[in-house]
Amino acid sequence: MIDRIASLGRLGLDIVTSFGRSGQFLAGVLAGVPRPVTGFPLLIKQLYSVGVLSLAIVVVSGLFIGMVLGLQGYTILSDYGSEAAIGQMIALTLVRELGPVVTALLFAGRAGSALTAEIGLMKATEQLSSMEMMGVDPLRRVIAPRLWAGFIAMPVLAVIFSVVGIWGGMLVGVDWLGVFEGSFWGNMQSSVDFVDDVMNGVIKSVVFGFVCAWIAVYQGYDCVPTSAGISSATTKTVVYSSLAVLGLDFVLTAVMFGDF
Amino acid sequence: MAQRTTEIIVGLFMIAGLAALLVLALQVSGLSPSSAESTYTVYADFNDTGGLTPRGRVSMAGVTVGTIESIALNKETFQARVTMSIRSDVDNIPADSSAVIRTSGLLGEQYIDISIGGDMESLQAGDSFYSTQSAMNLERLISNFASGR
Amino acid sequence: MDTPAYVSLKDVVFSRSDRRIFDGVTLDIPRGKITAIMGPSGTGKTTLLRLIGGQLRPDSGRVEVDGQQVPELKRKQLYALREKMGMLFQSGALFTDLSVFENVAFPLRVHTSLPEDMIRDIVLMKLEAVGLRGARRLMPSELSGGMTRRVALARSIALDPELIMYDEPFAGQDPIAMGVLVKLIRDLNRSMGLTSVLVSHDVPESLSICHYACIIADGKVIGEGTPEELRQHPSRQVQQFLQGQPDGPVPFHYPATDPAEDYGLSGGVS
Repeated sequence: MIDRIASLGRLGLDIVTSFGRSGQFLAGVLAGVPRPVTGFPLLIKQLYSVGVLSLAIVVVSGLFIGMVLGLQGYTILSDYGSEAAIGQMIALTLVRELGPVVTALLFAGRAGSALTAEIGLMKATEQLSSMEMMGVDPLRRVIAPRLWAGFIAMPVLAVIFSVVGIWGGMLVGVDWLGVFEGSFWGNMQSSVDFVDDVMNGVIKSVVFGFVCAWIAVYQGYDCVPTSAGISSATTKTVVYSSLAVLGLDFVLTAVMFGDF
Repeated sequence: MAQRTTEIIVGLFMIAGLAALLVLALQVSGLSPSSAESTYTVYADFNDTGGLTPRGRVSMAGVTVGTIESIALNKETFQARVTMSIRSDVDNIPADSSAVIRTSGLLGEQYIDISIGGDMESLQAGDSFYSTQSAMNLERLISNFASGR
Repeated sequence: MDTPAYVSLKDVVFSRSDRRIFDGVTLDIPRGKITAIMGPSGTGKTTLLRLIGGQLRPDSGRVEVDGQQVPELKRKQLYALREKMGMLFQSGALFTDLSVFENVAFPLRVHTSLPEDMIRDIVLMKLEAVGLRGARRLMPSELSGGMTRRVALARSIALDPELIMYDEPFAGQDPIAMGVLVKLIRDLNRSMGLTSVLVSHDVPESLSICHYACIIADGKVIGEGTPEELRQHPSRQVQQFLQGQPDGPVPFHYPATDPAEDYGLSGGVS
C-alpha cells in the first residue's frame, strides 16, 4: 500500500519535473533572438517542410470535412425547412472549431511526429553534440527555427483548411443539393463576425501551433537516443499534442465564446 | 538555386494563407471596408429581450443599419437596456420610432426591427427609443389565448 | 614532462546518476603532442572528452584548457573556446541533410564571414587533406564508414583548431581505413602542430602513433607515460589491458553471487 502511494507521488514528481524541464528548454530556445541573416534561410527551410508539405493533407481533409458538414447539415436543417442556414452552420463550425482543431491534430500527426523523429535522430547520431562542440548552439540553430516554423505555419494551414472546407460545403450544398447560393452566402455573412469568429479561430490555431511545435521539438530533444527511445518519443508527441489541443480548445472556447 | 525554389514555394504558401484569410474576411464574414465607418449609439428599454444577443443585427424595413452592442439590466426599472450602434449615414430615424424584437423565420435568430414613426425630429446619439415592443413569447401567447384575455 | 600542458585535469570527480564514473582523475595533455587515453569499454572515455569540451561539468575538480577553467566559463566564452577545439565523434556525426562540401563548410559559414570563393578554397583544401576532394558532392548517406570519419575529420579541422579530440577513431574500421586514419592523425599533428587527444581501446594502433598515453580504469588513471614506459609498467592491471588477457585484475566475471545459489545447489544438497 505504502509502495503504491510512494509510486503515485513519484509519478507526480516526474510529471512536474518534465513540465519544468520543457519550460526551461523553451526559455533556452526563445532566449536566443534569431539573427536575421543566418536565421531566415533556416526558417524558410523549416516552413517548407513543416508547412508546405502538410498542405496536401490539410486541403484534402478540409475538403472532405466541409462536404460532410454540407450533407449532414442539409439532412438536419431540411427537416425544419431552413436549409439556407447551412452556410452559416458550415462556416461557424469550421472557422470556430474544426479548422483550428482538426488542422492541429493533422499537424501533430504529419509534422510534429516528423520533427520529433528528425531531432531525435540528430541526437542519436551525435549531430547535436557535434554542433555544440563546433561552438554552435543547437537550441538556436536546430530547435528555434522548427519551433517558429510550427508557430507560423499552423494558422496559415488552419485558415486554408477553413476556406477549403467552406468551399467543399458549398459544392455539396449549392451545386449538388440545390440550396440557393445567395441565401447560402447571405446567411453565412450575417452570422459570421470577423473579429469574434474568424480572428478567435486564428488565435486558437496560433496557440495550437505553438503548443504542438513545442511538444514536438521538446520530445525530440529530450528523447533517449536509441531507436526505442525515438519511437516512444514520436508516439508521445502525437498523443500529448492531441490531448493538449483538445484540452486547450475547451479552455479557449470557454474564454472566447463562453460569455453568452 | 534549390534555396531559391524553396523560398518561392514558401512565399506562395504564405500568400495562400493571406488570401484564405481575405476570403474569410470578405466572403464568409461579409466584412466590407465600409462597415468600419462611424456609428452612433442609441438605447432601447425592453421588458423582455427574449433570445436577443449582442452582435445581433438592427434593421429598418429589412435592411441592416446597425448592430446590438450590449444588453444589460437596468436595476431601477427592471428592464433590459439594449445598446445599439447605428450607421452614421442613417441619421434621420424619426424620434417617435419604436424598436421591435422580431425573429427571422420560425427558428432563426432574433433581431431588432425599427418601425418608423412620423415625427419630424430625428433620434440623436445617446437618445432612447420612445416605445419598444418585447420579444414575442410563444408560451405567453398561448397562455393568453387559453385564458381568453 | 618537458612541454607545457594544453589541457589539464586535476582531481576530477564525475558521477552520472548513482554511478561514479571518475573518482579523482588527474591528467595532463601536452601541447602539440598526440596523447592517447585508453581503457576498457564503459570507463567513460567519451565522458572525459565531453568534460574537456565543457558539455558536462565535473562534480568537483578542475578542468583547464589553454589556461581557462572550462566549468567556470560563461556560455559565450565557452562557445568561443570551442571554436579552438575540434572533435571527431565516433559516428562521425555528419549533418545528414547537407552534402559533404556543405558539412565541411558549416563551421566556416557559422563562425567566419569569409566570401564564398574563399570558403570554397578552404573546404577543398581540407577535403584534399583527407583525400576526399572528389567526393564533395556526395551526401553523407552515400559514404562508407571510413569516408564518413574522414569527412568529419575535415570538418573538425576546418577552423584550424588548436586541439582536436578523437573519440574512438578506429572502432569498427577495416584495416585499410584504419591505416588511413592513423596516417591522417599523425600527419595532421605533424603539419599543423595540433594537440591531439585520442580516446581508444585499440591498443596497437594507439600506441603506434601517440607520444604519450594513459590508461583509465575504475574511474582512475592506472598508468601513464610514453608507450615504451607503459609496456614496462609494473602494474598487472596495465599489462592485462595492453596484452588483452581475458582474466586478471579485471575479472572475467561480472560481479555475481555464488554460482551454487543461482543453480539452486545450495542448502545442503551439494
